Order: sequence, then C-alpha cells, then structure tokens
Amino acid sequence: MELYKKYFGIHFRSAMQYKVSFLLTTIGQFLVSFNIFLGIYFLFARFSSVKGYTYQEVMLCFAVNIMAYSLAEMFARGFDTFPSMINNGEFDRILVRPKGILLQILCSKIEFTRIGRMIQAIVMFTYGVKTSGVPWSVDKIITVCFMLIGGTALYSALFLLYAAVSFFTIEGIEVMNIVTDGAREYGKYPFDTYGKAVLKIVTYVVPFALFQYYPFLYLLGRNTNKVLIILPLASAFFYLPCYLFFQIGLKHYKSTGS
Amino acid sequence: MKKYVSFFRMRFSTGLQYRQAAIAGMSTQFVWGAMEILLFKAFYEADPSAFPMEFSALTSYIWLQQAFLALYMMWFLEREIFDSITGGGIAYELCRPLDLYSMWFARNIANRMSKAVLRCIPILLLATCLPKPYGMQPPRSLITFILFLFSMGLALLVTVAFSMILYLLCFYTISPLGIRMVAFSLVEFFSGAVIPLPFLPDGIRQVCELLPFASMQNVAFRIYSGDLSGIRGYGAISLQLFWVVALILSGKLLLKNALNKVVVQGG
Repeated sequence: MELYKKYFGIHFRSAMQYKVSFLLTTIGQFLVSFNIFLGIYFLFARFSSVKGYTYQEVMLCFAVNIMAYSLAEMFARGFDTFPSMINNGEFDRILVRPKGILLQILCSKIEFTRIGRMIQAIVMFTYGVKTSGVPWSVDKIITVCFMLIGGTALYSALFLLYAAVSFFTIEGIEVMNIVTDGAREYGKYPFDTYGKAVLKIVTYVVPFALFQYYPFLYLLGRNTNKVLIILPLASAFFYLPCYLFFQIGLKHYKSTGS
Repeated sequence: MKKYVSFFRMRFSTGLQYRQAAIAGMSTQFVWGAMEILLFKAFYEADPSAFPMEFSALTSYIWLQQAFLALYMMWFLEREIFDSITGGGIAYELCRPLDLYSMWFARNIANRMSKAVLRCIPILLLATCLPKPYGMQPPRSLITFILFLFSMGLALLVTVAFSMILYLLCFYTISPLGIRMVAFSLVEFFSGAVIPLPFLPDGIRQVCELLPFASMQNVAFRIYSGDLSGIRGYGAISLQLFWVVALILSGKLLLKNALNKVVVQGG
C-alpha cells in the first residue's frame, strides 16, 4: 500500500508536467461522455419515460455506471496496456522484482485524465440523487456505495481478464472491448430496458446487472428484498475466475525475448 | 487524374490487409446495432405516437450506420498526415509534382472505403436475415436506391472534405488536439451518430439539418428507409452538393494560405 501511494504520487506529478495536454485530454473525455448525456436528454424530451423509469432515475443509473467505469479505468489502466508490456519485454523486468506482480502492473500506469469522465459522473450523480425522489435512508446510501464498489471491482476484473488473455495471444484482443465498452455505453439505462435476453446475459454470463440493475430496483423501492443491498458485492466474485485465468496464463508465460 | 487513382489504389489495398481488425470491428458493430435497436424498441413501446419515424425506418438507419461506420466516423483520421505536418515530412510531399489537397483527399477516401468494404457486407447480410421488426428492409424502389447510393457518395465527400479542414488546421496551431476533440464530439452529435436527427426537438432539429454535419450520414440513411423522400429528399441532396463544394473550396483556401508561409525546419 505504501508502494502504491508512492507510485500514485509519481504518476500524478508526471501528469502535471504537461498541464495543457492533461487539460485537453480531460476536456476530451468530458465531451465524449457529454454526448451520451445529450442523447439521453433529447430522448427524454420526447418520451417521458422508458420501461417506467423517469429521466432523473435513468440519470442516477447512468452516473453510477459511468463512475464505476472511470474509477476502474483510472486505477486498473495498467491492465489495459499490459499486452504491450508483454510485447516489448517489459514484463520480464517485473518478474524479477521482489514485489507482487499484480501490484506492479497496477502501478505501471494510473490515468488521471479519466477525471474528465469522473467530473461528469459526479455532476449527474448529484443531480440524480437530488431529483430522483429516492428517500435517502441509511440502507439506500449503503446500497449506492456497494453499487460503486461492486461496479469498480467488476470492471477491473474485466481489465484483468483482458490482460490475462494477452499471455496467450501476445496482442490485445479487440473483441474483449465489446464487453467493457458495451457495458459502459449501454449501462446508461437499467438493463431490463433491453429486454429479457440481454438481462439474462448480464446476470449470468458477465454479472453487470448485479451491481447496476437489481440494487437499482431496491433504490427506487420497486423491490424491497434486503438481499439486494449486498448483491453488488457479489459481482466482485467475477474477479476470482479472472484471477485464476491470469495465474494460468502466468504459468504459460514465455518471454517474447525482445 | 491517373496519379490520384493510383494513390487511391495503393491506400485501398493497404487497408484491406487488416482482416483481424475487421473481424473485431464487425462483431462490435453488430452488437452495438442490436443494443441500439433494443433500446429504441423500449422507447417505442413506451410511447409509439412520439416516435418521429417508422420503426422499420429506424432499424434500417441503425444497421446502415453500423455497416458503414468506417465511411462516416470523423475519428477515422490518418495519423500519418498529422505527423507529416507536425514532423516536417511534408517537405517530401511538396516535392512531388502533385496537388497536395487532391492527393490527401484520394488517400482518405481510399482508406475509409477499404475499411468499409471489408465490414459492410457481413453486417448487412446478417441484418437482412433478422426477423421482421429488427432486420434491414429492402429499399422501397429502384429510384430510392439510386438516390441513396448517390447521397452516400456525397456524404463521403462531405466527411472527407471536413476532415481535410481538420488536418489543415494543424498548420495554424501548435496543439491541434483540442480542436480535434471538440470537432469530433460536435460532428458525432450533429451528424446523428448519437441519436438520429429526427429525434431532436423541433427548432433545434431544423437548424441541425442545415449544418454540414447533417449532410454526412443523416441524409443518405434516411433516403434509404423512405424517411426523406420526394421534394425533401432532393432538397437534402442539393444541400449536400452545396456543402461538398463549400468545404472543398475552404479547404483549398486554407492550404494555399498555409503553404504561403510554411517553414520547414531542417534536421
């Protein structure tokens, strides 16, 4: 943990060296997700509700999802660049150091420009919290926190899986992005909007719905089952198979030699 | 003209080499299209009367959009051109007995077309096989189809002419990244890539339809599905023609201005 803080400081200072570039990338990140927001806004200007969700409720859902994604992207970005690390032999250096492998990969890159997306998420989150009409009792606040934790963990796990695949393929597999980018992009609406088939996939195959849809129902008071409060944490279990896969990959690892 | 055609062919065959990327791209586009349609279906069920176009017109629009993504997405720009402007490689380009604008223009069209050719056919085929409300519909008549193809061509010209302006702005600013990012988001929204333009509220929509961005993918795809037909269709195509000419002219002007004062540092 001490080490992570050190790395955090290093990355922060190095990002601050290029202030203009940092600012521009941040603005870019902001604009990209701002378009998604505009899309939602104008659709709701025409339709008052979708599947019984109001504009404010969708905003809350969108904000939680995108916040979890940007947190994961900020901290687990190292996994994203992992394929190139294997490619250029950088990974061999990590193996000889006497510290945890995952920790070092995580530390290799911390992306602060994702703050642009984060700012957007925070603004919309505040808006959603205020206007969605959810009575904010202790259990609901805990639910939201768990949703964020579960979401961040799930997205990070997917990044880890992405990294693990590259042990076998040396290159990053673009197809993996369907899952992560897709969930970021389409997780803006509660998953039942897309129909039963999609809901089943995101419940049983890649458990996005566990942190996004089911606890969201509890927040809105449509389902009062208390289990839903801790359900988001269950999506963190997706981390286990990903971690195992990473370990298997590690055993198979042969250096590319470059 | 022959020179530019050979530039086109060179770039086209390079583009065809990336088959792996094409497969990844296609599967992504297919999933995206399906999700998009499911989403709009939910909105349709919520209030069919507020839906500004026929549902089948919308599905055709979305599948065409996914199939021809590479033709019209602004961010498919060529890095090499930016690098040659900022890195000084432009000196070599200027030595060639060619018109720089036409050469880059041909390259860009080739690049986009080679990407699109690989991807569009499987997506369109799959989309046609889907059951009724979700799949691609055949065009209404031969004339519609011909107009659609013509409008597609114009849309590609508008898109490339606009991206030429983005390249050329590099001559004028030290950090083109900011401009590029703002331009990307503007184009993405106003060309109807986020939500189709008919979904915008009245007032805003009419203004948007006059902008050059609406002449990109919006017109062609809506002609195909019959959403724009008759006199409105022809009007939209004339507007496209206008923007092609206007954007190419302003691009050439920008280039001429820039070349008058360009200084390539040695080294």
